[in-house]
Amino acid sequence: MSDFWSRFSRNRGAILGLVLLAAVIIVALIAPLIFPKGPWQMVQRPFLTPFATEGLPLGTDTLGRDVAAGLAYGARVSLLVGLVSTLVALAIGVPLGAVAGYYGGWVDEAAMRFTEFFQTIPNFALAIVLVAILEPTLTSITLAIAIVSWPPVARLVRAEVLSLSKREFVDAAQLAGLSNRRILLGQILPNAMSPIIVMASLMVATAILLESSLAFLGLGDPNIMSWGYMIGAARTVIRSAWWLSFFPGLAIVITVLALNLIGEGLNDAMNPHLNRKGRA
Amino acid sequence: MSDTVLRIENLTLDLPSGADRAHAVHDLSFTLARGEVLCVVGESGSGKSMTASALMGLLPGAVTIGGGRAIFGGRDVLALPEAERRALRGAKIGMIFQEPMTALNPLMRIGDQISEVFEAHGLLTPTERRARALALIEEVGLPDPKKIIRAYPFQLSGGQRQRAMIAMALALEPEILIADEPTTALDVTTQAQILDLIAEIRQRHGMAVMFITHDFGVVAEIADRVIVMRHGEMVETGPAAEVLAAPKHDYTRRLLDAIPSNAVPRPDRVTAAPALEIRNLRKTYRTGGGWGRAAREVRAIDDVSLTIAKGEVLGLVGESGSGKSTLGRAVVRLVDPDSGRILVGGEDMAALDANALRRARRRVQMVFQDPYASLNPRARILRSISEGPVAQGVAKRDAEARARELLEVVGLGADAADRYPHEFSGGQRQRIGIARALAMDPDLIIADEAVSALDVSIQAQVLDLLRDLRARLGLSLLFITHDLRVAAQLCDRIAVMQKGRLVEIGPVDEVFLNPRDPYTRSLLDAVPGASWADGGSPARAEAI
Repeated sequence: MSDFWSRFSRNRGAILGLVLLAAVIIVALIAPLIFPKGPWQMVQRPFLTPFATEGLPLGTDTLGRDVAAGLAYGARVSLLVGLVSTLVALAIGVPLGAVAGYYGGWVDEAAMRFTEFFQTIPNFALAIVLVAILEPTLTSITLAIAIVSWPPVARLVRAEVLSLSKREFVDAAQLAGLSNRRILLGQILPNAMSPIIVMASLMVATAILLESSLAFLGLGDPNIMSWGYMIGAARTVIRSAWWLSFFPGLAIVITVLALNLIGEGLNDAMNPHLNRKGRA
Repeated sequence: MSDTVLRIENLTLDLPSGADRAHAVHDLSFTLARGEVLCVVGESGSGKSMTASALMGLLPGAVTIGGGRAIFGGRDVLALPEAERRALRGAKIGMIFQEPMTALNPLMRIGDQISEVFEAHGLLTPTERRARALALIEEVGLPDPKKIIRAYPFQLSGGQRQRAMIAMALALEPEILIADEPTTALDVTTQAQILDLIAEIRQRHGMAVMFITHDFGVVAEIADRVIVMRHGEMVETGPAAEVLAAPKHDYTRRLLDAIPSNAVPRPDRVTAAPALEIRNLRKTYRTGGGWGRAAREVRAIDDVSLTIAKGEVLGLVGESGSGKSTLGRAVVRLVDPDSGRILVGGEDMAALDANALRRARRRVQMVFQDPYASLNPRARILRSISEGPVAQGVAKRDAEARARELLEVVGLGADAADRYPHEFSGGQRQRIGIARALAMDPDLIIADEAVSALDVSIQAQVLDLLRDLRARLGLSLLFITHDLRVAAQLCDRIAVMQKGRLVEIGPVDEVFLNPRDPYTRSLLDAVPGASWADGGSPARAEAI
């Protein structure tokens, strides 16, 4: 473990990502404390420019709501949707990929054809359709994102399991008379964890982008303030009030960047042998 | 002095901080004369390959040149800028590698790969390149050059690929050929051919050859001079005959002693009940086929019958592709045979269904070849060893106590139990693998190339352990190996396989002294250094 940390901390980008993400998480957690009135409350005249009015560092939007409050509450939504949808996607993709890779044959064929069925439909289009059918709530959005993002997980896990199950320690476990389930859960999957964790960190970033895009198109949960919704609502006034779309956009960029940096750091730390030349 | 082509002076290569030692190579000096074969011998981690990489400018990023010079053609190769170094590579210094499959580009035809060498150095026209490529292919003794020039690497055998590599290295008539373990991945008979080829080319072109190897048998076969390396330092150097006959340094002596000698021990005759009986076992692999095309059939096991008595060690010898590993894996049902019977203690392993098989698995255990892949990297040693018995219904406490006991038996100490595999060396991992097999209390252990991946001195220790365990526990062992010298050390009887068929089986001394099958005889003749080994090899003695 200490080994892992020393390798992870050697990657400066990863540390920066960790710091940025920690900042976003803290803001999301303490949002009700700094903005007790919530994001929907009108607090001042509309279209106040940022850094001009005391108490409203990022100005107000078209209805006189505090942009900073919107960002803080939006962070909760983005992180929650990102995290939960990734967990759901893992819950679908990991077992499916593991079973396909380990048992092979028709199980593999069936699982992979099923996966391809989802992969042939463009992610975003499918997400839009799902949300439109289910009517946009936080749950349906999270579910829709999970449903479009599990196929790559299944493929990755299948590939890992395929290569791991050719290793001799798996043969040895078979000779020891372990059941297939125990070999898969106890011997193979623990060894496939590193790439899964790396992929999950990047999936959270993608999920946040997807959620923002859906909200931008007006397919967000109408009762929830999110970054995508803020940008979507501000697009008609983008030339007169740039900050209304700029700050939520910046928030998305920072969060996604942080997650990507962390993902890359995790990758370097967990697969030291694949380290790029010169960094070792 | 005039015919010295390469002079290395005080070469030191630094390893990054945090490595297990400060220098990959420390203060190494030697010369290489025109037309000479210099063997650099050492075990893994001795720095022998690093020296070659430094000359070619192929050092891994973390290793840096700490000092010293390598004078070639009046200039210091190590100090050359990258562009000049590139011109030198291939043109003046050629190199061949251990793994011919990975050293060749799998998507390029052999002819194109050879032509590319000329192209990289901006020489000749395309048609001339092709003609030269054809001539080279012919020179290295590849059959049917017209066909080979259009072949892809996967269509060639291991030995043919190595010949193609040599053709590439020869393309620009280099003054020095560096060969990094070029025959290690090859079968004995192929190895003998490649060694002959290298010796012949050296004669014809007057090249200097720097031959890196871990095998003293190969040294005896080909070397004019020898450098013995250990932990990055040269411990001994001298003419090959002198070093082999009268090694001065302790380490060299130990290395030579560790080589399984060709003196064949008298086997113990065992007549007890059989531990394993194989009857008419067959396994055929079919690939391709369908839509009217005939499938390619490979008979991996072709009607093999044999018996191993209780307490006996049977050596199963053969070259790669002979089906020996498939046979071993079929006995434990990691491979399902097509037909035939595998009787272990009266029970037919081949006929068991999944559940019965899981219970019967205990009876036959396996020790694997690759010490790095055969232990779960994320499980403590204790779990790796005790998991099997626990699955068979032994109480966890008893199984763990037994695991610690077994670690003592294989010479590791009980405290090894709480550590992870990566903390152990290859030889130690192999001991853990043996302990894991013993934990199941099996009737028979199958050792599939169990010592092939180890250095000679470690190999000798593991063989000693197996011999000792066998004496103490009365183990029955099916010892699968490609190395006849190793088989002779341990086995009571030897079975020789070729193309899935059992061509010869008999007591070890009979097989070695009076091989009946011509294939066995050719195997014995191909063993490198056979004529040098102490007391003369029985194989050679027979051949003379």
